Amino acid sequence: MSVLVWIEQIDKQAVHSCWEVVGKGRELADTLGVDLAALVVGNDVDGVAQEALTYGVDAVYLASDPMLERYRLSAYAAVLQDAIDAAGATVVLTSATIRGRELSAMVACKNGAGLAPDAVDIRVEDGKLVAVRSVYSGNMLTDIYFETEKQFASIRPRSFSTPEPGEARGEIRPLAVSITEDDVPEKIIDFKPADTSEISLTDATIIVSGGRGVAKDPELGFKLVADLANVLGAAVGASRAAVDAGYIPYKHQVGQTGKTVKPDLYIAAGISGAIQHLAGMGNSKIIVAINKDPEAPIFERANYGIVDDLFDVLPALTEEFKKRLGKED
Amino acid sequence: MKVAVLIKQTPDTAELPKISPDEVLSGEIKATMVINPWDEFAAEEAIRLADRFNGDSVAISLGNENETDALKHALAMGVSSAVMVDASVAEGGDEWTVAGALAAAVQQQGPVDIVLTGKMSVDGNSGVIFAGVACKLGWNLLVNVTKIVDVADGAVTVERNFEGGQETVKAPLPAVISVAKEINEPRYPSFMGIRKASRAKIPVLTAADLELAPKTTTTRWENLRKPEARHTQVQIIEGDTVQEKAAKLAEALLAEKVI
Repeated sequence: MSVLVWIEQIDKQAVHSCWEVVGKGRELADTLGVDLAALVVGNDVDGVAQEALTYGVDAVYLASDPMLERYRLSAYAAVLQDAIDAAGATVVLTSATIRGRELSAMVACKNGAGLAPDAVDIRVEDGKLVAVRSVYSGNMLTDIYFETEKQFASIRPRSFSTPEPGEARGEIRPLAVSITEDDVPEKIIDFKPADTSEISLTDATIIVSGGRGVAKDPELGFKLVADLANVLGAAVGASRAAVDAGYIPYKHQVGQTGKTVKPDLYIAAGISGAIQHLAGMGNSKIIVAINKDPEAPIFERANYGIVDDLFDVLPALTEEFKKRLGKED
Repeated sequence: MKVAVLIKQTPDTAELPKISPDEVLSGEIKATMVINPWDEFAAEEAIRLADRFNGDSVAISLGNENETDALKHALAMGVSSAVMVDASVAEGGDEWTVAGALAAAVQQQGPVDIVLTGKMSVDGNSGVIFAGVACKLGWNLLVNVTKIVDVADGAVTVERNFEGGQETVKAPLPAVISVAKEINEPRYPSFMGIRKASRAKIPVLTAADLELAPKTTTTRWENLRKPEARHTQVQIIEGDTVQEKAAKLAEALLAEKVI
């Protein structure tokens, strides 16, 4: 028996949130008294396998083949199944990225096994997993109990802290690839990498968001948001009101119908704090509200507040942090 | 070409925060029920695909006989026809049971080339039904699709987003496709469309009409609850100038060690 974690890689770089899953996987494996194994799939990805050994796994199954260069569901699902069989895995974990979610769902379904998608917490009770899921778009939580021997979960990024890497231990076990290109119906025709300078909301430790408060000059408002984000190494977020008004693309939307985030610091500029927005960011460690309206509901959830115009406060904060963080230009 | 679109009826998102766990557990949710907002993008794409490739579209939902508002919305938008799968066929079952029932309903429609779905429901939030449907049908799955580039020669070519970038992928039909919000702008139903949909008789499929596998219960929900309210006492940063306020806030945040 073992706990198996899929380490997603994009262009031979491990997806960071997978290490959070490995850290939690170690704890679960120790509680269950079983080994922790990782699976690395790709072409020429020994570096990722070596890195996994520094995060405390007992073994890394490595499936390497030119055919596996890019993620394709049918190919990766076949490899994951082989790894589950080889490792005797009863617990299979992925990060709840787009791919981690579809891969765990497809393989769990094929195994007739229970799945907790996008879990925000996970523990062991009586030798079985119990996962916690956020449902009703952030408005309720439920525990998920498993009725099957094989238990699958995808874990929402930033639910657990990243373990400190240490000395490499454990071993790399090559996994024979049992499929050929003819077995894979999907063909990748083109690939455009994401702008790597842009920090993703779900992985960010700091987020600066703008809302309807930028209305008098949306372009300048979001430039000021981005300037502060830049100095802090933060991601840029937005309220639904700002996205619906066309100030900024949907991918920046935080809240019930956007992304759910859990940064260490969330700075909300010109966001009133509708309950739908709070559902998406209410678990942030520290919340700062900047709003002209002292009655804005966001202040009820914030740790710190500035009652003033964001068009004045944001540039002042940017200047202040430039000084303090030694980024004076 | 035939396109099936899977539709769920869910609470209006504006009313989600006031729904209680008790309402969910008793099945008596006191909220306005509408088409799951993510499914509107799938319905819109079904209509556009049927127009583009001279085919037709069918909306499929799982629910009780009287829960037809979401299907009627899809019909009013312009989906060609609709069927309801009686909720009893999946009652007490898990996601795979629901997916199996929907897959059986798809197969009951004759040859379907593409099944379209939204990215998740706003109530269950599982985002796994499309994977389950593809698994049960043994079809290719393409998720988070932002554009259907072409359907030709028995294959579909799509653009899809993931965290690492954007891909163009080609897969043989039939296929299950989950769509992203970026794919289109769902239309509002026309007055004529609404009138036509309101008169539509929606057939109900029961266990007798479908080839169903036995129900499964691979997981169960326990302790459904509201998240603990965050208790914070806001500290309002005062100062004579914004510079002074900014300096004080920076000081506090550095002390919190969040920067």
